[in-house]
Amino acid sequence: MKTTPLVGAHRRAGAKLVDFAGWEMPLHYGSQIDEHHAVRRAAGMFDTSHMLAIDVAGTGARAFLSRALANDVARLERPGKALYSCMLREDGGILDDLIAYFLRADLYRVVVNATTADKDLAWLEALGASDVTLRPRRDLAMIAVQGPQARSRTWSALPVLRAASEPLAPFFGATAGDAFVSRTGYTGEDGFELLLPADEALAVWGRLAQAGVRPCGLGARDTLRLEAGMNLYGQDMDESVTPLECGLAWTVDLASQRDFVGRQALAGRKPARAQLGLVLAGRGGVLRAHQAVHGARGDGEITSGTFSPTMQTSIALARLPLETAPGDEVEVEVRGKRLAARAVRPPFVRHGRILVS
Amino acid sequence: MNVPESLKYTASHEWVRAEPDGTLSVGITDHAQDALGELVFVELPEVGRKLKADEACAVVESVKAASDVYAPLAGEVVDAHHALADSPGDVNKDPYGAWLFRLKPADPAALAKLLDAAAYTKTFK
Repeated sequence: MKTTPLVGAHRRAGAKLVDFAGWEMPLHYGSQIDEHHAVRRAAGMFDTSHMLAIDVAGTGARAFLSRALANDVARLERPGKALYSCMLREDGGILDDLIAYFLRADLYRVVVNATTADKDLAWLEALGASDVTLRPRRDLAMIAVQGPQARSRTWSALPVLRAASEPLAPFFGATAGDAFVSRTGYTGEDGFELLLPADEALAVWGRLAQAGVRPCGLGARDTLRLEAGMNLYGQDMDESVTPLECGLAWTVDLASQRDFVGRQALAGRKPARAQLGLVLAGRGGVLRAHQAVHGARGDGEITSGTFSPTMQTSIALARLPLETAPGDEVEVEVRGKRLAARAVRPPFVRHGRILVS
Repeated sequence: MNVPESLKYTASHEWVRAEPDGTLSVGITDHAQDALGELVFVELPEVGRKLKADEACAVVESVKAASDVYAPLAGEVVDAHHALADSPGDVNKDPYGAWLFRLKPADPAALAKLLDAAAYTKTFK
């Protein structure tokens, strides 16, 4: 199994390590629910070094990404700005979701999922242009520090990052020495994602821990992102799903004439299904992926479900008939029983606050 | 992993304790709670329900997965630990204290046929 530079630290901290897409990664360090609360209430950190940063360099970088990404890189007007986008097949199916950073006129950086990294790189290379060089940055480690105290604790642990990162607005990043700091994340809380040389990761992790940032595993990462209404690739979307069917229409630029891969397929298609959130009405079980949903507008399916530690009830993302509206009552098949649930518009929780009733 | 010598076990990871009144307390083992992860939901059998041996009669759900709990022996449910509905995590904290239900066995002698601690430990080691 592949390991990150932090695997030794995870082991010493008593992590339960699991195989995630061929990587040996921490599921939790004792209690994923406590880790979840730490991020909502104070600060937690995640080893995300299994994800891949790919530098897109050269005079043709912008034109290349303009073709490769469904969202419009022209929105990146200032260096440091980040853009969330899908990368599509010609038929509109989602190859991956990613974040693209504008570093310089001739340099962009995209960060892609671990599960799809090799596929993404091959796809981008096949799409490639003569004036663009793709550089996978396996030499970099990644640590996400998240929570209301994430920024202040990062600065107390790593004062050297403060000058570059304090002015950052949400969804901006900046170079700080040989590190790159962005005010982004996958939890619905404030915080930073740090990209840094792999051989510095262990020391940085240790200093963050000393500053009171709690190590958190993939278990908490999943419940946090689901509460925040964020999709997980491979679960809420994949190559058989278009962005219009999984709540990501806002990331697809069909207004301009820009010719990106997948555009033609999406421009002519009205989706039959759309994504909504579900909140379980009573007790009776836990909503989970693949459970069938029945409503007055027809049937659908849960794509991700879990127990929400913040809301103390079960929540889910579901693909439902297009006409389903927030507030609609539906039934979910849970272990042979039909449990009542209510459709809501995600997110469920952001910045420590419950947003759905 | 904690496997008390004083209890009996099943290969499906239930523990069974003989109570002084002749009933049997049933719960899930330390190994089972560790494999499942933190419990967030428990469904218990109704008092009075007659169970066959190995019949699925309760459900424990963690953040990760749902798992059936099986009757270790045939018998009648005489009590269910309803306080766990509000604190399913007690099963993780104290798996041998947090019993799920109590059973009046149809054949008390059948208890001897369940696994002892050493035999149960071999099922997952």
